[in-house]
Amino acid sequence: MITWVSSIIFIALLLSMGQRIVKRFKLIAQTIHLTQPLYIQDHPKERLNRMMRLAFGQQKMFDKPLVALFHLFIYLGFILINIKVLEIIIDGIFGTHRIFASILGSFYPFLINFFEILSGLVFVACIFFFIRRALLPIKRFQHPDLNGFPRKDAFTILGIEMILMLALWTMNACDALLQQAGNEHYPLVGQFIISQNFIPLFTHFSIETIHLIERIAWWFHITGILSFALYVTYSKHLHIFFAFPATYFSNLSKYGTMQSMPSVEFEVKNMLGLPTDPNFTPNPNQKFGAKDVFDLHIKNALDAYSCTECGRCTEQCPANNSGRKLSPRKIMMATRDRLEDVGKVLEQNKGNWVDDGKALLNDYISGEELRACTTCQACLQACPIELNPLDIILQMRRFQIMELSDAPNEWNLMFNNLETNQAPWKFNPNDRLNWATEQ
Amino acid sequence: MADWSASGESPEYLFWVGCAGSFDDRQKKVTRAFCEILQKVGITFAVLGKEEACTGDPARRAGNEFLFQMQANANVQVLNMYGVKKIITTCPHCFNTLKNEYPALGGNYEVIHHSQLLATLIQEGKIKSNGTSEEIAYHDSCYLGRANGVYEAPREIILGLQKELKELKSCKTNGLCCGAGGAQVFKEPEAGAIDMQVRRANEIVESGAKKVAIGCPFCMVMLQDGLNKTGKEKEIQLIDLAELVQQTM
Repeated sequence: MITWVSSIIFIALLLSMGQRIVKRFKLIAQTIHLTQPLYIQDHPKERLNRMMRLAFGQQKMFDKPLVALFHLFIYLGFILINIKVLEIIIDGIFGTHRIFASILGSFYPFLINFFEILSGLVFVACIFFFIRRALLPIKRFQHPDLNGFPRKDAFTILGIEMILMLALWTMNACDALLQQAGNEHYPLVGQFIISQNFIPLFTHFSIETIHLIERIAWWFHITGILSFALYVTYSKHLHIFFAFPATYFSNLSKYGTMQSMPSVEFEVKNMLGLPTDPNFTPNPNQKFGAKDVFDLHIKNALDAYSCTECGRCTEQCPANNSGRKLSPRKIMMATRDRLEDVGKVLEQNKGNWVDDGKALLNDYISGEELRACTTCQACLQACPIELNPLDIILQMRRFQIMELSDAPNEWNLMFNNLETNQAPWKFNPNDRLNWATEQ
Repeated sequence: MADWSASGESPEYLFWVGCAGSFDDRQKKVTRAFCEILQKVGITFAVLGKEEACTGDPARRAGNEFLFQMQANANVQVLNMYGVKKIITTCPHCFNTLKNEYPALGGNYEVIHHSQLLATLIQEGKIKSNGTSEEIAYHDSCYLGRANGVYEAPREIILGLQKELKELKSCKTNGLCCGAGGAQVFKEPEAGAIDMQVRRANEIVESGAKKVAIGCPFCMVMLQDGLNKTGKEKEIQLIDLAELVQQTM
């Protein structure tokens, strides 16, 4: 009777949380698709290789080896402990307990011990990250970019992970005691390497209390994991999923290469009387450059959702380091904030976009930030998953210049010089060869 | 180039001098030094002279794609008209644009930076050092380094000339920007705590380097300004890789 009721409660929990998570991902997908489409089908092998190296293999994380090691613990823990979660879900639905024990036999204790070691490493890594973030004088974590929710978000995640590990150990420790007591429902799988140390905490309780604690820990653990999965969709931790497509679709050309704008190329070639691309049809409503997220392309949006706000870009940014307003991390965060706000409007209007009078330019990112960039690509070099804040900056600069004619005076002079003298300075083009005869 | 074309012959390289190389007094010396090297080792080259126009890099990075397209398409026309195959340039910004951005506009050339040719010439023994041993630091420019992965050629030149190479604290992929790129050199910087060129100059001063080799005209302008502002301009010399090579020949 009890198992029957708990199965129903469990299925209801699973379905309701599952539905909310799916709804969140659908909204994110819908928001991302409001941006300009990109069709990336080239170099599938190279892209797969890159994804395996950077997202799966975390190659660039190892630019900071110690951090990378601890990050790897949490990452492996996250991936592999999911096998344990699968067991919990099956047990929850069918009212079984440790269903994999009967299937895997003597391999089962080995597997659980392995998970326990991983969970121990995750716990240590979380403590390390907690101390590093809270106490160590690391500029990218004390940076004003993270004021408010982002900083709280980072600590919340670390806290949840540690609590989940504690719940797992409590569960396994009580489980061992219940096995000893001969409870038939608990298969004899023995004690495990980390949780056995917690057994003395529970021995003085009655067997009923231990059973209750075990059940509470079990429910807490699975509810925690499901809540975590939902929370992640609001958090910077979305990178655990999005790092994969973000690296797969990342730019394969050299960092210094800017993509051509087909619309401008078409017009200029027409003007110069050069042959144009016959497949190109100009769009009369074409905007030049990006004012809002709708003008950016889908990879920019994917990047914004993939950014975990580690701040390695901003740490390396020469503009930020010399006290300029620009922070490449903030460019990514502001883009995501804007996308999230667009998502909220969609939610309030049955999936339709209604202009909210705001735009990425000025409401989220200021002209001063955009103009401080030297396009040095240190941010691109620093990002462990090849996200591209520079591309967003340059698309927005294009809007400033070509749509708003909003340029500093010196730039307007430079443009004039280029037009009339073919050089950025006011020199006579006829003097271009003077260097050869001067001494 | 027009003269070569008229004579029916073709030089090995088109030397893309660049605006800085043509008009900036400091960089003109680099242009002349590089030409002297080419002549000494017997490499034929041509320049476009009045037919050369800015690649459009500063316009594009400022956001003026129209102006970039105007400049670039016109340049591609000229280069293709002369049937140019190989381009060499002393400016990493010209190098990057010609190499990576002109192909999309129908301009496909083999483009190299002068440091790459000089490194090869030294390796092949065509340039021999008779200079003295001294310590030389190298400043990585963003558009040669991170943008195009050319980190080794400039260092091979310094080592090939039997000099000691000194690495600055921020080097190679971590190279610290001089503050010129992205059309910044053509305007006043945004408000900040310190000029970027001063920040880089401070790092150079702290390193104890007395001579810094550079491969970019804009880094040269900015870092000279940075050094002037630190008051160490008399103690620290900035020198282009071409000048470094030419001095030892």
